[in-house]
Amino acid sequence: MEKTWDLAIIGAGVSGAAIARRLSAYNLEVVLIEKEADVSFGVSKANSGIIHGGFHHDTTSLKSRLELQGNRMFDQLKEELHFPFERCGIIVAAMNSEEMRTVEKLYDQGVKNRIVGVELCNRERIHALEPKLNPDVVGGMFAPGGGIIEPYRFVFSLVESARKNGVSLLTNWEVSGAAFRDGAHEMVNQKGEKLRAAYVVNAAGLYADKVSSLFGAEEFTITPRKGEEYLMDRNAKAYTRRVVFPVPGSVSKGMLVIPTVEGTTMVGPTAEDAESKEDSATTRENFEKIFYSARRLVPSVSERDIITSFVGLRPALEGDDFFIDISGKAKQFIQVAGIQSPGLTASPAIGEYVKDLLKKAGLKLAEKTEWKPEIQALPRIRSASPTEADRLIQENPAFGEIVCRCESISEAEIVAAIRAGHDTLDGIKFYTRAQMGRCQGGFCTYRILKILQRETGMALEEITKRGGGSYIVKRTLAEPGLSGEAR
Amino acid sequence: MSEKAREMICISCPLGCHMTVTPLGGEDVKVEGNRCPRGVVYGREEVLSPKRVVTATAALSGGVVGRVPVKTDGALLKELIPSLLEELYAMKIEAPVEQGLYLIENYRDTGVSLVTTRTIPAACKP
Amino acid sequence: MKQEKYDAAVIGGGSAGMAAAVSLARRGKTVVVFEREEVLGGILLQCIHNGFGLHHFKEELTGPEYAERCETELKTLPIKIYLNTTVMQVEAEDENKLLYGYSGKHGLIRAEVRAVVLAMGCRERNRGNIGTPGTRPAGVYTAGLAQRLVNVEGYIPGEKVVIVGSGDIGLIMARRMSWVGAKVMGVVEIQPYPAGLTRNIVQCLNDFSIPLYLSHIVSEIHGKDRVEAVTITPLEDGVPDLKQSFRVECDTVLLSVGLVPDNEVAKKIGVELNPETGGALVDSRLMTGVSGVFACGNALHVHDLVDYVTEESSRCGEYAADYLDGSTGGAQYPSGAGRNVKYVVPNRYDPAAENHFYLRSLVVKNRAELQVLLDGRVVKTKKLKHVQPSEMIGFSLKPGELEIPVQGEGRLEIAITAGEDE
Repeated sequence: MEKTWDLAIIGAGVSGAAIARRLSAYNLEVVLIEKEADVSFGVSKANSGIIHGGFHHDTTSLKSRLELQGNRMFDQLKEELHFPFERCGIIVAAMNSEEMRTVEKLYDQGVKNRIVGVELCNRERIHALEPKLNPDVVGGMFAPGGGIIEPYRFVFSLVESARKNGVSLLTNWEVSGAAFRDGAHEMVNQKGEKLRAAYVVNAAGLYADKVSSLFGAEEFTITPRKGEEYLMDRNAKAYTRRVVFPVPGSVSKGMLVIPTVEGTTMVGPTAEDAESKEDSATTRENFEKIFYSARRLVPSVSERDIITSFVGLRPALEGDDFFIDISGKAKQFIQVAGIQSPGLTASPAIGEYVKDLLKKAGLKLAEKTEWKPEIQALPRIRSASPTEADRLIQENPAFGEIVCRCESISEAEIVAAIRAGHDTLDGIKFYTRAQMGRCQGGFCTYRILKILQRETGMALEEITKRGGGSYIVKRTLAEPGLSGEAR
Repeated sequence: MSEKAREMICISCPLGCHMTVTPLGGEDVKVEGNRCPRGVVYGREEVLSPKRVVTATAALSGGVVGRVPVKTDGALLKELIPSLLEELYAMKIEAPVEQGLYLIENYRDTGVSLVTTRTIPAACKP
Repeated sequence: MKQEKYDAAVIGGGSAGMAAAVSLARRGKTVVVFEREEVLGGILLQCIHNGFGLHHFKEELTGPEYAERCETELKTLPIKIYLNTTVMQVEAEDENKLLYGYSGKHGLIRAEVRAVVLAMGCRERNRGNIGTPGTRPAGVYTAGLAQRLVNVEGYIPGEKVVIVGSGDIGLIMARRMSWVGAKVMGVVEIQPYPAGLTRNIVQCLNDFSIPLYLSHIVSEIHGKDRVEAVTITPLEDGVPDLKQSFRVECDTVLLSVGLVPDNEVAKKIGVELNPETGGALVDSRLMTGVSGVFACGNALHVHDLVDYVTEESSRCGEYAADYLDGSTGGAQYPSGAGRNVKYVVPNRYDPAAENHFYLRSLVVKNRAELQVLLDGRVVKTKKLKHVQPSEMIGFSLKPGELEIPVQGEGRLEIAITAGEDE
């Protein structure tokens, strides 16, 4: 008899991961399905890593209510899951009195939303809060509850906690067909593999519309909105104390200066319609736009400090709010679509909300007595004092093998990443930070390839940057046969 | 029957003289534009029998690294390079290997041999 | 944790570190060398091509052969070598410097020393630094990484290659990739002249009919999972003329776009860097702003010839030994770049001693003249047959060749002038 899961969650981004973890507290057979080679490889990969302050939207919207609720949950989550997170505070900077009026509206919204500590700042106060601001900034707003987070470490830790409590994870599993039969959904993937689940949560990000259609649920369109961002060196002068926002535009929150929690500085993102759901190209025009905008806020932003850039695609839905509801068309099906900003901030609350929806939809929730929400903190050689490092190395010599010198990452940490299921170069990068530093993998790539080979038994040609066709080595020279063309 | 003149840059020294080299039939070659006698030698060779030093690697098993670097101990006729490389890439050497080990002696009677350029010890048993 | 004491520590066991260690040991100092790889030799081990040692050994050697000669000499001396060891922390407390080396094999080593030589070499500029627009597929490598993969591991990154940058590393890799059966579609160079040696243009490009696109840039990289193509755009008066862009199908992009001294460790010890070179600011004895901390080789400034790395680093070891002997040397004055010169190393000179300078031209010129100016007055000239930015120039002044300045700052500048442009 084929297994019937109680719940299948489609999409292992921040929403799917948060839902999986929340549901792992119950006696249920839960499977988390992800079409990419690793979790957090879709929309969540290019997240800016901001925990929003809760003043950008009014609470008539679901996204605002969940943002506020989610924001408050991060301190406890950090204690349990040990991801990098700091409540450094968010500043909205006004360049003139007209902008100041917009800021005042945001402030009013913040007060209405009952955000603790939100304040309206005059010139002196705003500059004291953030000394690197452009001297032309006339004032602004400060939300001390806003913060910075490493988004993929957050998603990885949610998934790790979920799996520790019994949730199964399937990667490289793309739902290509579905039918409802005998009280459950029957799904098939691109390889012909089947899966049966009584309840399904659609948290498929950019492809939530396609998945909804496959299950015969609501018809809607997810429009990809592209955002480019640039990352600067950890020694860049532009590293601010607070996240700096400009006054928001009609379409987006604007291009920011973000001091990441790991010490690098990020600028961006832009917001424009993408050509397709696969369009991830950066452009020269946007580069200039971003740096002009960033320097307007923080003059010490410099292109010379750039180490890399990336593009994210936001899953935009008409109406601009989250669509999180029990489907009115498909049975036992929960929609979690259109999760744009502030999706990351809202994600823990999304987990709670969806849990309640599932209960309402008929899923029996019996609490586990042995739910263990905490996961173990990963020792990191780079933050160890020499005495601590000595102990770590003696316990496990792989802590003494420094593989990534730019970020000081040891072989032990890379092995931990691989054993946690991250077997692509990007997966290892997001888990450990190896390849994220100044040399961008120039020195450590060959060592990581060898460690991967040793730990997984994968052939060199099978190792990829992020799954699919992103191979690193085409072939090895040991193969005979040369087609060299020396004249 | 003489062929057309060729423009080339001499690579015998960093000056890189721009030369015009004209084959005049048989072993006869006219070299112009050189600033020293080495240019004449290079110009003639480039036309009659161009040669290059080859540096590459051979497969190594049981060593601390998987390839041992090699070189030809003199310049080899260009047209023989692809076959030399093919023969080289089919070889498998066992570690330990000393620098200066001859892998191929007097390749196809050219007087040019292939030799290792690095000493690589055997990997320690775990 | 191992707790050990030495006179000097050398960070890096490549050509620079080995030369400095040898000088120190020959002067009777106790020396420890920290090297993060499994073997000594540094980057030379992957440079399997020849062209090394023409000056230093009066022979044309391959990189590994050069490295082995240095290592053989080093092993005759009582120098402590820690391989597989990365220096992670450094602290300076006046006389004493504390270094922490982390190693899986040796555990944690705490070394207390009185002098430190920074010989960490350099790293490559990458795609992020040059900001090439487009997607970020797999298949974009720096030339040095590709060189390591091919020459040491035997891993071929791809079959159809476009190389960005016509410096020697890019040219050498054009040939290497061709010799392992890949097809090199072209080399793209932003300047109107090639950056590498002419001999390499002939041996690495012309021999394989590989086109060299001068005054061109790669304006976009295409590909979803893996590189699929690049867009190459010519420059008109230094500005990309997008209408003339053309697309080249490929699966691999190799970047040879410059090297940067690798000074993570130097920053930890509080050494001030020179923004022109990316290496430390040093005085005439190659000592940084931190007393007893010296720098040499590619960590100080990027060299073209390993022979000069050995020359500079041997001297550096001598200076470090002088320091350990308590000799402070004479008064020093500032030295720097004059007209048409990108940088001069070191940043100070001692008129009473022998002064060795290394400098790079900003221009390409034939029949140029090197000028030494003291407080704006030309005091010495030297004729140079040919100068170009990619060929570092060495220049010495004998002790007492310059008068000790009595008035003025005593500022020495080296300039390049006259001659005709290419």
